[in-house]
Amino acid sequence: MQFRSEKLANGLEVIAEVNPEAFSMSLGYFVKTGARDETPEMAGVSHFLEHMMFKGTARRTAEDVNQELDDLGSQSNAYTSEEQTVYYMSVLPEYQHAALDLLTDMMRPALRDEDFQTERQVILEEIAMYDDQPPYGAMERAMEQYFGDHPLARRVLGTRETVSVLDPEAMRAYHQARYAPNNLTLVASGAVDYEQLLKSAEALTGHWKASQANRSLISPKLNSEELVMVHPPATQQYTLQYSPGPSYSDDERYVSRVLGTILGDDSGSRLFWELVDTGMAESAATFTQEFQDCGLFCTFLACAPDQHVENWQIIQQVLSQGKEIPITELELELAKNKICSGMILGSERPSNRLFSIGNAWTIRRKYETIQSAAENYRQVTLESVQRAFESLANRTGVTVSVGPAAPS
Amino acid sequence: MQQRVFEHRLSNGMVVLGEPMPWLESVAFSLLLPAGTQNEPEDRLGLAGLTLEMCQRGAGKYSSRDVVERLDFLGVDRSSSVTTFHTSMSMAAMSRVLEPTLEIAAAIVLEPHFPEDELEEARQSALLELASIEDDPAQKCFKELKRLRFGEVFGRSALGSETGLTEASLEDCKTFHRQSYHPDHAILSLAGNFDWDGFLKLTERLFGKWSGPAYRPPTSVLSIPGNSHLPHDSQQTHIALAYDAVPYNHPAYYQGRGLVGILSDGMSSRLFAEVREKRGLVYSVSASSHSLHDCGSVLCYAGTTAPRAQETLDVTMQTIRSLESGIEPDELKRLKTRVRTSLVMEQESSSSRSSQMAHDWAYLGRVPSRKELLATIDALTCESLLAHYVSYPPSRWSLVTIGPDPLEFHDAVS
Repeated sequence: MQFRSEKLANGLEVIAEVNPEAFSMSLGYFVKTGARDETPEMAGVSHFLEHMMFKGTARRTAEDVNQELDDLGSQSNAYTSEEQTVYYMSVLPEYQHAALDLLTDMMRPALRDEDFQTERQVILEEIAMYDDQPPYGAMERAMEQYFGDHPLARRVLGTRETVSVLDPEAMRAYHQARYAPNNLTLVASGAVDYEQLLKSAEALTGHWKASQANRSLISPKLNSEELVMVHPPATQQYTLQYSPGPSYSDDERYVSRVLGTILGDDSGSRLFWELVDTGMAESAATFTQEFQDCGLFCTFLACAPDQHVENWQIIQQVLSQGKEIPITELELELAKNKICSGMILGSERPSNRLFSIGNAWTIRRKYETIQSAAENYRQVTLESVQRAFESLANRTGVTVSVGPAAPS
Repeated sequence: MQQRVFEHRLSNGMVVLGEPMPWLESVAFSLLLPAGTQNEPEDRLGLAGLTLEMCQRGAGKYSSRDVVERLDFLGVDRSSSVTTFHTSMSMAAMSRVLEPTLEIAAAIVLEPHFPEDELEEARQSALLELASIEDDPAQKCFKELKRLRFGEVFGRSALGSETGLTEASLEDCKTFHRQSYHPDHAILSLAGNFDWDGFLKLTERLFGKWSGPAYRPPTSVLSIPGNSHLPHDSQQTHIALAYDAVPYNHPAYYQGRGLVGILSDGMSSRLFAEVREKRGLVYSVSASSHSLHDCGSVLCYAGTTAPRAQETLDVTMQTIRSLESGIEPDELKRLKTRVRTSLVMEQESSSSRSSQMAHDWAYLGRVPSRKELLATIDALTCESLLAHYVSYPPSRWSLVTIGPDPLEFHDAVS
């Protein structure tokens, strides 16, 4: 296993974890753009653009793109989050060059008007699909409430209103600004021929021009409130609470993730034994969500509406017992084993490694082997988890609950 | 594609399979028991799932809490599920902890405690899981399609029914366990980094003395055509559609699977290209092959906002029928590349390999090699696919929709 990185003259970084023993290779463009880089009127543009990247280029029609992705036998896809847009494919090593040629060309889409209108319909369907599933609405609403007028409040998909009026011209300008080589990273993992990758990348992107793409990092002014939404067709009650947690660049996040596992993993955690194992709730979980400059500690409950009040009180109690029922050595060890083993098992596929190394590099400019990544968790001490646990008692944040009826 | 698959049958009838993948650090096993929803008494729907849950609440030398803590300590990634014909348990871990992991799995299957004081909790969990599907209309749509298409016994959902779950007693769980958790037709398949001889000794020690009643093969499954609509206050209408196809154990299965690939594998497949890319009707549309014993089906899904649902259904059906005008050589070439790639990539995951082997054995009584599979796929031609379509045209359609309004369904000559 060898890590390689180079920066091309145009600013594009090319990084790879090379494993000559692997059966396949994965390739991805990590674009540093997402919902938080949008203006309120343009909400959803990053995600819309992600869809448009599959709709053809100067050299390829939309059909060509889809057919070539399949010609290469690739497993390919893309996703958009608050902070990044990622395009990736996994192929057999013999297709490295063809895969790079295609994926690179896709980064310079034609953005044709007629494709734009068709794809708008697909995205409106995607929004409707999530609207019909009540927990998603609660998540989006909780982000909006928590972050207020901060850009992280923006919905990744945008809203029916913004997506309906987004216009192709504005999207082209957004693309030009955000998809510049200095705002992209080309990431590869598995059986990669790195020299060849670098040479091809240079040839294919040499003419790309750098831009002034940046991201405004302003501290969010955190809100604290409780909100109930009514979604009449719902049969369960879903409640989500966001309170402050460490950011993706803060080493404290290992502590927070371990704590989230001890308290609210979907098996063997305190909330599991209290509420899930006992059949009181379908799900009761704590987990973290991290962004570049801030993070969240999240609590989630799904249960029957008539048990919601009691269950939520139990959760509050469990999370506030830092002093009374301290974390034990055993709990810490089980959580570490679970996290580390999951990481190592997952790392056997190059396609999973792509995201680990891509994220670590684009956000923290750091490469870690799977062993050293696991070591970060191994080093978490009982004192630090205990301290984080005790501080939960004083947490403030936003709570959003969605269910079939307003509480009486 | 070097590959070696070991097979062994214990004297009690349990089949043990192993495929070494020494380049991995992990091992994964699947344990498949012939205890499915079809084995449930008709007034105890959900009993198979409830029994599985109760088995994990204390077994052998482990208490309910020990089972979870021990598996977490060992870093075992696990899942368990119930289907029409099977109860299955899958675990993946680092290869050095194979023995203690399999010991726990064996205890769960062979020596469950069935603690009286945990039955209510297990029942409540199962009832919650059953209720939660109401908020997932796409999943609910398939649950209803299965019920409609495969009837009272073979169309049962693993989630069970409210009455069945409410009525089930501890005695019912014990009886189900005694009658259906038996070595005859049980399969244990292992893939990853392990030593076969050592593994055989281990399975002999853990499962060798296991005994139970003989396996009773299921009766034939026959699809039941028809359609139904479930009114739901949603923006989208969910469409689940099915038609007959040859099953997994049919000699021509890969001809039929090839046709499904032309319809739905990849972004250039016909359904994705026509329904989503060209017309923008949906976010999701797909088709997949499904086998229930000797009954094969193609299952399709499309989700779209209500006013466009009729058009979506019509275009989906037209696209399926477009196969009758032939397969393009390019389409077939892409299909073959995709299969080859996925067979190579299968070697990167012990979990997917072990579950595939167990599935193959359950359906075929053998594990086809990658080489054999490649040769079968390579032998497909545009002509053979079209001929297969003509011999087995889509028939015996079932349709379930969930949404504001029912749709018109013209299933032509079934």
